[in-house]
Formats: sequence, structure tokens, C-alpha cells
Amino acid sequence: MDGILALAASNLLSPIILFFALGLLAAFARSDLSIPEAIAKGMSIYLLFAIGFKGGASVADHGIDATLILSLVAGLILSFAIPMIAFGLLRVMTRLDVTDAAAVAAHYGSISIVTFVAATSVIGSAGLSSEGYMVAVAAVMEAPAILSALWLIARYGKSAGMEEGLMREILLNGSIVLLVGSFLIGWITGAEGMAMVAPFIVAPFQGVLCLFLLDMGLVAGRGLREARSVLTPGVFLFGVIMPPIGAVLGLGAGLLLGLSTGGVVLFMTLCASASYIAVPAAMRVALPEANPSVYLTLSLGVTFPFNLTVGIPLYLAVASLVTGA
Amino acid sequence: MQTHEAKRVEITIEAVMETRLTNALVKAGVTGFTVLPVLGGSGRSGQWSREGQVSRARGMVCVVCIIRPERLDALLDAAFAVVERHIGVVSVTDCEVLRAERF
Repeated sequence: MDGILALAASNLLSPIILFFALGLLAAFARSDLSIPEAIAKGMSIYLLFAIGFKGGASVADHGIDATLILSLVAGLILSFAIPMIAFGLLRVMTRLDVTDAAAVAAHYGSISIVTFVAATSVIGSAGLSSEGYMVAVAAVMEAPAILSALWLIARYGKSAGMEEGLMREILLNGSIVLLVGSFLIGWITGAEGMAMVAPFIVAPFQGVLCLFLLDMGLVAGRGLREARSVLTPGVFLFGVIMPPIGAVLGLGAGLLLGLSTGGVVLFMTLCASASYIAVPAAMRVALPEANPSVYLTLSLGVTFPFNLTVGIPLYLAVASLVTGA
Repeated sequence: MQTHEAKRVEITIEAVMETRLTNALVKAGVTGFTVLPVLGGSGRSGQWSREGQVSRARGMVCVVCIIRPERLDALLDAAFAVVERHIGVVSVTDCEVLRAERF
């Protein structure tokens, strides 16, 4: 237990978390610190490329087995199912109407790739490794929750059809194309390809992640400052209890699949995280009546910081206890 | 200098709807328009700024069309079908252009 507490403490004092905290504090203090839009975009492209390529190279190194396919199926099922649980909780805990509740629920069924990247960094620091194909699991968990939200609206509210072209936009959004594309290239080129690009994607990775999380801290802090009015106690509480609920589902799936401890932590993190890039854009098209301040503030201002500071160390501790790592 | 009457239609709309709007305009025969980035603003849906957005969900763009007055109704019908349910502003102003054959 002492080891787990020490690990949690070291995570809180790691550079990535401290830079995120710096961004939050700067935003709360109304500092003019900002990361130029193009640089933030460039860093997100770098992180997706790096994480995708490393995952693909790892699969090439370790080979594929039935667990890969089963993990993808489990990710797909959980991404469809988690919004149903989130929707039920929201209707009980908050006064959000059906449209807002379904829109928020969709965010929690999908994933946050930055939280996933941070979790890979944390398990790496803990000396654990994970299955490289977890990157592919992350990719398949991006979109299904959007369909669940539209089903919930059709079932409990007014009809909401899938607009022509929306699914193509979701499945081919830049993040997914880059992540999956890098994964496949890493897989095809294997160790040789990895050796060629390692100086670019291994050594600078932590530094870029620090700067990116500084920007995320600024964005989350400003979002929280500007949208405090939508954060009723019930909505806020949902934002911190839904991640552990998702994580428990991820833990069960990871254990059933027989994943490594690092893989279980990543599955828990995927199920616990909430989207703030792909799903908000899809919701603006499919459910324009839903209030974006509610779902963006919750996913980016509440759940993302929670996962980064408390969630990931907690998931690591629980997975280590359960698997005996 | 000879000038000609025209209508200037300015549509400020969510960035995620940009392609849908411009496709609808082209379908309605409006092939000339300019898309401008919007830095920030405030309205019924609250205050927002382009700075620090991680998603296109909160971004806005401005689509400007200058057309002959007789084509205004077709443009507005096409635009309204897209923007009806979304955050945004549609305004029409009178203007004058130098080379009428281009509009």
C-alpha cells in the first residue's frame, strides 16, 4: 500500500501534472499566458503521431492474438453502453433535460485521447508496459457513443436523425485518421521504423506533453471560469463520480480479457475519460439545441482534471492491487 | 465611376456548419462567397473567444456573399435551411459594386 501511495504522490508531482496545474492557476488568476493556436494544434498532431506509431511498433514487436480482436469488441460495446449509464445518472442527479443529458452522456461514452496519452506516460514512469493495440481500442471508442446519444434522444425525447455525412465526418476526423494511420505505419515498419523515428517521438515526448498540458490547463481553467453558472452541485458531482464508474467497467473488461496491468490501467482510463474534441463537434451538428457550455465544461473543466490528478493514479493503484503487480 | 446595386449577406455561424452552409449556397447557385475567421464575441449563448478552443465545437466563422438583389431570396432560403437550428446571425445590407457582371 505504501508503494501505491508513493506512486500516487509521485504522479501528482510529475512535470506533466504540475504544468497542467500551472495552466489552471494562470487561467484562474486571469494571466495573459497563452499558447498560440497553431502551436497547440501542432503539438496535438505530434502527440497523436507519436502515440499511434509507438503502439503500432509495439504490436509488430509482440505480435497479434485473439485478445486484440476481443479488446476492440469490448471497447466498442463499452462505448455504446456507458452513455446509457451516464444518461440514467444524469436524469437522477441533475435537472438537465433529455437533450442536454443525452449530449453529456455521449461525451462520457467516448474517450479523451490526451487523458490516454497522460496515462501511458504514468504507467511508463511506474515501470509498467501495456499492449500496443490499446491505441486501436482508443480509436474504436471515439464514435459509438454518439449513436447511443441519438438513440437516447429518439427513445426519451424528440426524434433526432443522423444527418447525412455526419458519421463519415466523425469516423474520418483528423485525430482518428492520424492516430490509426500512425498505428498502421508503426505496425508495418516495426522495430526498424521505430529506430528511424525514435529520436523524434521518444525523447521529446515528455517535454511536448508538458507544454500541451499547460495549454490544456489554461483552456480548462478559462472554461471553468466562464461557465461556472452551469455547474450546479449535481452536475459537478456527476463529473467526478462518472469517471470511477466507467473505470470499474474498464477494470472488469481488462481483467476478463487478461490484459497486462498497464493494459488494464489504460482500459480503465479510456472508459473513465470524456471526449472534448470529436463529440462536442458532432453534438453541435446533430443536437444543436443541447447547451455546449454544459458538456464542454463538464468534460474539459471537471472530468479531465479529475482524471489527470486523482483518476489515473487511482486506476493504477486499483489495477496494481487487483492484478498483484 | 459607374456603380451597381447589390446585396451583402453576412452569415455568422458555428464553424462545424461552415461546409454545410457553403455547400447549400453553391447548390442554390451562389458560387461567390468569402469565409472569414471570427475571433470572439458575445450573444444569447454567452461569451466566447477563439483563443484556447480545443474543439471546433465552439468556433464561429463568417460567410459573406455579395449578390444581385434578385438572387437574394434564393440565397436566404438556402442559408436558412442550414442555420435555422444553430447559433448564429444572418444580416442583409445594401451595397454597391463596381463590376456587376461578376455577381
